[in-house]
Amino acid sequence: MNARSRHLARGTALAGVLALGLAACGSGDDGGSAGGDAAPVDTAAVLEKGGEITVWAWEPTLEQVVTDVEKKYPNVTVNLENVGTGNDQYTALQNAISAGDGVPDVAQVEYYAVPQFAISEALTNLGPLGADDLDGTFSTGPWNSVHSGDGVYGLPMDSGPMALFYNEDVFEKYGVDVPTTWDEYLEAARTIHEKDPKAYIANDIGDAGFTTSMIWQAGGQPYQVDGTDVAIDLAGDEGTQKFTEVWQQLIDEDLLAPVGSWSDEWYQGLGNGTIATLTIGAWMPANLESGVPQGKGKWRVAEMPQWEAGQHATSENGGSSLTVPAASTNAELAYAFVDYATNGDGVQARLDGGAFPATTADLESDEFRGAESEYFGGQKINEVLADSAANVVEGWQYLPFQVYANSIFNDTVGQAYVSGTTLTDGLATWQEQSATYGNGQGFTVNK
Amino acid sequence: MSTLTAPARPAPRLRTPRHHSVARPRRSPLLTVLTAVVLVYSLVPLAWLLINATKTQEDLFSSFGLWFGESFSLWDNIVTTLTYDDGVFVRWFGNTVLYVVVGAGGATFLAILGGYALAKFDFPGKRGVFALVIGAVAVPGTALAVPTFLMFSQLGLTNTPWAVIIPSLISPFGLYLMWTFAAEAIPGELLEAARIDGAGEFRTFFRVSLPLLAPGIVTVLLFTMVATWNNYFLPLIMLRDSSWYPLTLGLNAWNAQAATAGGEAIFNLVITGALLTILPLVAAFLLLQRYWQSGLAAGSVKE
Amino acid sequence: MFVGPFMLVFALVFLAPIAYSLYLSVFRTQMVGGTRFVGLENYAQALADPQFWEGLGRVSLFLLVQVPIMLGIALLVALAIDSGRLYGKSFFRISIFMPYAVPAVVAALMWGFMYGTRFGLVGNINDAFGVSLPNPLSPDLVLASIGNIVTWEFVGYNMLIFYSALRVVPHSLYEAAEIDGAGQWRVISAIKLPAIRGALVIATIFSIIGSFQLFNEPSILQSLAPNAITTSYTPNLYAYSLSFSGQQYNYSATVAIIMGLITMVIAYVVQLRGMRKEP
Repeated sequence: MNARSRHLARGTALAGVLALGLAACGSGDDGGSAGGDAAPVDTAAVLEKGGEITVWAWEPTLEQVVTDVEKKYPNVTVNLENVGTGNDQYTALQNAISAGDGVPDVAQVEYYAVPQFAISEALTNLGPLGADDLDGTFSTGPWNSVHSGDGVYGLPMDSGPMALFYNEDVFEKYGVDVPTTWDEYLEAARTIHEKDPKAYIANDIGDAGFTTSMIWQAGGQPYQVDGTDVAIDLAGDEGTQKFTEVWQQLIDEDLLAPVGSWSDEWYQGLGNGTIATLTIGAWMPANLESGVPQGKGKWRVAEMPQWEAGQHATSENGGSSLTVPAASTNAELAYAFVDYATNGDGVQARLDGGAFPATTADLESDEFRGAESEYFGGQKINEVLADSAANVVEGWQYLPFQVYANSIFNDTVGQAYVSGTTLTDGLATWQEQSATYGNGQGFTVNK
Repeated sequence: MSTLTAPARPAPRLRTPRHHSVARPRRSPLLTVLTAVVLVYSLVPLAWLLINATKTQEDLFSSFGLWFGESFSLWDNIVTTLTYDDGVFVRWFGNTVLYVVVGAGGATFLAILGGYALAKFDFPGKRGVFALVIGAVAVPGTALAVPTFLMFSQLGLTNTPWAVIIPSLISPFGLYLMWTFAAEAIPGELLEAARIDGAGEFRTFFRVSLPLLAPGIVTVLLFTMVATWNNYFLPLIMLRDSSWYPLTLGLNAWNAQAATAGGEAIFNLVITGALLTILPLVAAFLLLQRYWQSGLAAGSVKE
Repeated sequence: MFVGPFMLVFALVFLAPIAYSLYLSVFRTQMVGGTRFVGLENYAQALADPQFWEGLGRVSLFLLVQVPIMLGIALLVALAIDSGRLYGKSFFRISIFMPYAVPAVVAALMWGFMYGTRFGLVGNINDAFGVSLPNPLSPDLVLASIGNIVTWEFVGYNMLIFYSALRVVPHSLYEAAEIDGAGQWRVISAIKLPAIRGALVIATIFSIIGSFQLFNEPSILQSLAPNAITTSYTPNLYAYSLSFSGQQYNYSATVAIIMGLITMVIAYVVQLRGMRKEP
């Protein structure tokens, strides 16, 4: 027995060291060099030649695109995987990159997350592959969002200009006019809630994407990024202050339904009239149609409320691009697919599926603008939404670690919704913790 | 000793006093009611699950949580659950069965061997082994998740069933149970006799010890089955391909589907799916009651 | 040799990752600047991190309240069933055990829905009876609500462990007690409890370890109550967020290792105290 157990101990130790060694060996290099000599890709030719790529995306309309592209170009095989939405996708992507194994050829990345991946050199610069020639193809907001430094790191797949979706029945029932400014919005909120204590003008329990989009619309620029120099000023930024002034009142007077977006309570509220409006991106109609069938015919779209009467400013809320991770082994075919899906035949397939375009051609097309939506009572919603796309305020920047910053939003700003902390204080804490993280990651933040 | 035998049935339905004692106490309605409170507490959520699996998506939102909705759609829900997305639920079910059979089976096998050794053999570092295993359980799973993931990527195991099965092969509780059970159920003299007869260790194990360990084995098997059936966190990190998901991950993905632009909210399928997920385990426990109850009993005896 | 296969897989699945974790905890990787060796800096940072201590305090509080309550109920039910004074005791036994068969994901989803104050069960009750129950998912109550879910999940399991231990108490002891004229309560305190001491200790240890590692339930409820359940709500959740939201693998490994050490120490202390009074 003794000899055997000695063998055992040695065997165990060996297994341990072996595994450790293997792990240590592999964890060092990530990212890898973005393609050496890249030349513009001839999409059709590359697709003709064919090959196999893996695409990680949660956008449902891409399924049709994949079917179409495989039919038209039989030599191409596309493995479409839904590894999770938003953060789950980014986690999976980062894990794969760290492990150096299983990185997809194409990855869906929302606009606010693109800078993070671009700066950590996880994405291929698509400029040399052909993106440099695409100026003007896409609307400004998304096009700016996929740029980082001098490179283009993704092609816009859809866009989310913010608009006001409202339940017309509710407004008619309580005799309230649809608000065109945020002050009117505040008044409407008071009226609705007074007449029916169970009804609210909107729901909000703290959402980073919503808050940043609102500050964006107000002209705020709390994040200034220049390479690895970052300045975060949520405390002193004017746009932010405009937002907190109005929003704090809504919170203080309990005018916001304490329901989280995308929860089943939320879907219920949208359907039965207890949540009267949604200030959200233009991709919402597809979700309303599938998730809130009882709302059919009751909802309408209008321009989002303005900070000053007569203005027409909007911002982007959500929306994703398709990127090519640097570790992809078939960047050309990947780019060809991305091109097809965002800029080629794939676009119409997606629009038919309910996606909201990022391409200027479609946004300005008469057919698109004139389409009547049955769900929205026959309203030509695309007119409103396309106009919103054209009115996006310029100059907004996201942090190079926005994914992380958003993940601690509820820890910090979120507290203002459940305790006596004010939005301003919450935002200040958010700023502080974001800065600490940034500095810890090697950026120079607020120094 | 009348206290140890069943009391004689009183012939007429008179208030013939039964012989009450510590071992044969009077039945107490009060105690029953109090314990029933705990029972209700345990069963209400399960009842909720059953009732809500009969509702359609709209009904879920508009009806009272603990009572039925307008339509009784249990059958529809079940059919839809099984056929949604090309029957991916059935695939997930198959995956879970695979992980459970191989994982729990393997874990039980290892626990049997290990527990037997700890109970019946003396080898250096024996106490240390057990302390090490219990100590390792104390380390939070999250400490191990990322390193295990990185390790497994090196070995090319991520996104394969092995990534789920291998970690589930270690069950400290199983090891502990087998250890105490083996210590109790297998008399040392029996092993001595076998050795004197010239039987090798393996033969002794298979012929003599294993049959005696049967209830303990069933117990460990059932408990590791529950653990692997309900496995969630590690598969979450290891698996990318939804066709390898176990049921828990699949249900979670369906639940999250509602939260995507253009995604379809299918809460009614999530609930029905959850119901279908727990049924096999419940059935297994009900059918194998006899075995695991005696297994736990013997396993709980301490020196 | 018999124990070999177990130890081999154990080494792969536990020891190697722990070793790798230790290795990670003495480095630091930055988005800008790569990886470098930092010695014990991560540990110093963790020990000075208010979020870590807050999370630790929280699970300690959870432990001190939830574990006694859950084990207490489990013990009482086990004693009740064992006393033979119940109607339909097999039914009780199997039904109270059932929640153990429900995956944590499903349990959290179910309870999460029932806790909803607008359309969940709490809301329904509010409407039906005109009362205003406090919100189980508010920051003040959410820890108790999580405690409720964990208790629900495991009370049957612990009850069964105690019951099984009670079943093997030799009847001779009961007979002797009867001869001595002992009443029910005396029997419980003098015979039953000491006899199941081992089971009590093991159940306590596993519950303590489980409490310190609290993760599944807060993680699943987090989307329902993101302001109440912060990313550092429990140390395990903190380690998870650090790894997967912040890509701070090294710091995450550090936090997890410190938690592991604390858990091991406390579990060991409990075991010592529990086993000490041997007759």
